[in-house]
Amino acid sequence: MESATVALGHAHEEHHGPPEAHESSRIDRQTLGILLFIVSEVMLFGAFFAAYFFLRVVVDPPAWPPEPYELPVAVAGINTAILVSSSFTIHYALEAIRRGDHRGLKLGLVLTWLLGATFLFIQVNEYVHIGFSARDLGFGTIFYSLTGLHGAHVFVGLFLLSVATIRAFRGHFGPKAKDHLGVEVPGIYWHFVDVMWIVVYVTVYIL
Amino acid sequence: MHNPLRSEADAFRWVVVIGAGAASVIALTLLTRPVVGVVWGALLIGFGAGFAYRAARGSLPGRLAVTRGGDGRHRVLVLANETVGGEALLDEIRARCTGRRCEILVVTPALATSRASHWASDVDEAIELARQRMELSLIAIGGLGLKARGQIGDSDPNVAIEDALRVFPADEIVISTHPPERSRWLERGVVERARERIDLPIAHVVVDLEAERVR
Repeated sequence: MESATVALGHAHEEHHGPPEAHESSRIDRQTLGILLFIVSEVMLFGAFFAAYFFLRVVVDPPAWPPEPYELPVAVAGINTAILVSSSFTIHYALEAIRRGDHRGLKLGLVLTWLLGATFLFIQVNEYVHIGFSARDLGFGTIFYSLTGLHGAHVFVGLFLLSVATIRAFRGHFGPKAKDHLGVEVPGIYWHFVDVMWIVVYVTVYIL
Repeated sequence: MHNPLRSEADAFRWVVVIGAGAASVIALTLLTRPVVGVVWGALLIGFGAGFAYRAARGSLPGRLAVTRGGDGRHRVLVLANETVGGEALLDEIRARCTGRRCEILVVTPALATSRASHWASDVDEAIELARQRMELSLIAIGGLGLKARGQIGDSDPNVAIEDALRVFPADEIVISTHPPERSRWLERGVVERARERIDLPIAHVVVDLEAERVR
């Protein structure tokens, strides 16, 4: 059956089959899946932040962090810069593959992985030298819980990036949107991990 | 409503914006006192949430692509709820289909009885009532010697029309409402919105059920 698309302005053009789905709902399953997953992750972090603010605001200890503990604000700040940089490199990787630049894709992914691994290494190093453990007061518990929860997400992100990087080196990705979902979806997750760290850093180390 | 996070590029923009906001909070906190950073952070979050809400509301596509059958049949999409069996509407349908091979789809929105019911998706009763009205209207249209199909639509009449157009390549649309002083659809601008978004002839029929009953 032949039919014609009719849009506003009386523009006519040949069209076969039913009209396309509403644009606002046009989103691929994989992206929708990661977005829903991120929503659930935000709730998980929300629970930990609720515990943090309960300890800090409702319990209201005389000092935060409690004496004699101190948080390495400067080192964590540098670590924050490293992680935020990795958002730029993963974005660079995706922009590269959108242009069909496979070399740029690989470079961006490798750099992102290295920056993420560096972040994780520095965080583990921070745990080793920080001078308190998760057993030291509610402060220690919530500090390790929040930063540890985030660290676990970085670890998962690194795993996803590893898969994407291996696939990139095997030439699996292409410039069309549907051909690089394997980078797009970990990219969205990685940005989420970055944003969560910014929130954790500002809340726990700065405010 | 537009999803403000549809791709990695969107997510990256959020990282940049949130990063910039966080940098300003950090700078203010280190230069002044933590409470200043908290207040500034709260202001930024409120501003950002408002901006995201406005951007999401204003980004719906402005027009709807529609198809036409092109097989010689005249297809009429009828949107009506309580006025679905009104004489004025039946007269309008008869006038449009006389002497033509006509195909009619009657869409009856399932209107939730309250906003709370709508938000709770408690629409079973609304769907049942809409189904009853629709079946009566199909019988009435059948009485004119015309064949019609029926469909229960979304509680938003404009969404119901657009949903129906995706499966029914209408040549024209007839929207039936109560008179202006009693019509919630007219109050909400259902006809105007449909005319703005859909490039098809749209007829508006006013059905005064009370006047018909008196007659």
